[in-house]
Amino acid sequence: MSAHSVNEPSSRQKWIAGALVIAYALITMIPLVWIVATGFKSPADAISYPPKVLFEPTLEGYVNLFTTRTRQTDEYLAANPPQTWYEEIVRQYDMVIVGPSRYGERFLNSIIIGFGSTFLSIFLGVLAAYAFSRFRIPLKDDLLFFILSTRMMPPIAVAIPIFLMYRQLGLSDTHLGMILLYTAVNISLAVWLLKGFIDEIPREYEEAALIDGYTRFQAFYKVVLPQATTGIVATAIFCLIFSWNEYAFAVLLTSGTAQTAPPFIPTIIGVGGQDWPAVAAGATLFLLPVMIFTVALRKHLLRGITFGAVRK
Amino acid sequence: MTDTAIDKIAQRTPTRVARKVRGLSDRAIAWLFVGPTIFLLLAINIFPLIWTVYLSFTNFRANRPNREVEWVGLRNYERILTDSDIWLNMQATAHFLFWTIVFQVLIGFALAYLINKKFRGNDLWTTIIVLPMMLSPAVVGNFWTFLYQPQIGLFNYIIAFFIGADPSSFEMIGSVTLAPWSIVIVDTWMWTPFVMLICLAGLRSIPDYIYEAAEIDRASKWRQFWTITVPMVLPFLMLAVLFRGIENFKMFDLVVQLTGGGPGSITELASINLKREAFEKWRTGYSSAYAIILFVTVFGLASIYVKALNKVKER
Repeated sequence: MSAHSVNEPSSRQKWIAGALVIAYALITMIPLVWIVATGFKSPADAISYPPKVLFEPTLEGYVNLFTTRTRQTDEYLAANPPQTWYEEIVRQYDMVIVGPSRYGERFLNSIIIGFGSTFLSIFLGVLAAYAFSRFRIPLKDDLLFFILSTRMMPPIAVAIPIFLMYRQLGLSDTHLGMILLYTAVNISLAVWLLKGFIDEIPREYEEAALIDGYTRFQAFYKVVLPQATTGIVATAIFCLIFSWNEYAFAVLLTSGTAQTAPPFIPTIIGVGGQDWPAVAAGATLFLLPVMIFTVALRKHLLRGITFGAVRK
Repeated sequence: MTDTAIDKIAQRTPTRVARKVRGLSDRAIAWLFVGPTIFLLLAINIFPLIWTVYLSFTNFRANRPNREVEWVGLRNYERILTDSDIWLNMQATAHFLFWTIVFQVLIGFALAYLINKKFRGNDLWTTIIVLPMMLSPAVVGNFWTFLYQPQIGLFNYIIAFFIGADPSSFEMIGSVTLAPWSIVIVDTWMWTPFVMLICLAGLRSIPDYIYEAAEIDRASKWRQFWTITVPMVLPFLMLAVLFRGIENFKMFDLVVQLTGGGPGSITELASINLKREAFEKWRTGYSSAYAIILFVTVFGLASIYVKALNKVKER
């Protein structure tokens, strides 16, 4: 081994490559920065020409996102002075807050359905992945391919019979129905990713445990599961992100009780069309957790994406 | 054959011993572990698929569940395959598929190549580039309609600034010529990082000694690029194209939020059209046949493609 590899790029090459990549990254960030910025603009600033880069930040968008408002008469407004800072913001437009909006509910639904389906996908996925990794299962390759091929169907194509089936079973517009559906979509990726991770754990560990008098079950959850933690975390993040972002099933199969945030956010309207600061505020709150997650857990995530793809 | 038979015997022996010792046999555990997953997939994927096949031969309408269902044979299929509007949707889908793949492959490979130069901080910048693909396509797609507004939109403003035109002189979403490109741009922005990551995995899998050997043979850098880098990354790149192809054939959320299929039906991709037929016009039987045709098309194209991919891998 030479101290300096022949294809180690020169520092000038590195500098140029770095500059180009950083330039691309900055351009790619513009829409995301714009979402966050628009959330803090007043409606007038949001739709000004030319687009405002510098503006006075306000929480109007966030107040509008979480409340429903109505116009009131001058007498009413004079008789009821605003009590809180958010009421004061609304008063600028001669409006009063009449109640909370549905955003909170929709966000909570996203959390319940996202985490519920992730937990279920991981639970079932780990079991199946372990079995596929360690045991001789008849038609194993066919089963694995079958599990994977379920991903090729367009969601709308699946939605037609699911819609009919859920109507029969009383599962339409329920949390349980959405959790089961997202689990069914996620599980194929979960099994494939987790099988890869479990394949990497040497069998000798379990065999030693079996000899020490553990049962298969004990060997599985006392020896294999702790070893597979990293893989389980990476897979869980993928399942969570899918469920969090999913739109097609949510818009077709839910309307009231179980609707998640993605179909709801585009429907936030104000006077004369979409209330862009409120939409941006809602989008910011919804997208930011994923962005923070991605940056914080980048090692696991990036590995998972390529690993999952390259194995398949 | 004999190999597997021997394997089976070898596998079986410890199982028997284990079973005698205590508890469940390995086979029982295997079924216990795999069973729930298979059951869930049968219930929520396979059963619905079979039901769709059945419905596709009927004139069932989901908004009139009490009407008598008639068996219409292949009539739905005939009508779809001879419908000229559906061929227009297929053209829109093909345009979208082709150009998103071209742009994503070119930009994605270039970025991966640059990141592989291992400049300082490359993993942080890689993560930032990856951000768009992690986000909800519907929510982001909806916001892009704001960026695309002719007068106040940031996208129009920036483009107009660089080409020296008036920002309200062109409409990305509203115009028949630009709308197909508006969806290509957003999809490319969102999914180029995916192609990039897979190319990066490919580039990193090339062992150093190959380049060292080429260096000893005095092969030029240009030659090394075309005879080592490109062929070694090609299988990875083809895999990325397969995934993007399948995903974009199914494309719904991003485009439905961006253009809703308009103006007219210029950007009405297959899935959007399918949604209209199934959930707005409630032609359940007809749209089931449509769904089956789409599924068979994806499956068929993907199978042919995988065969080609395996040939490339063998080389």
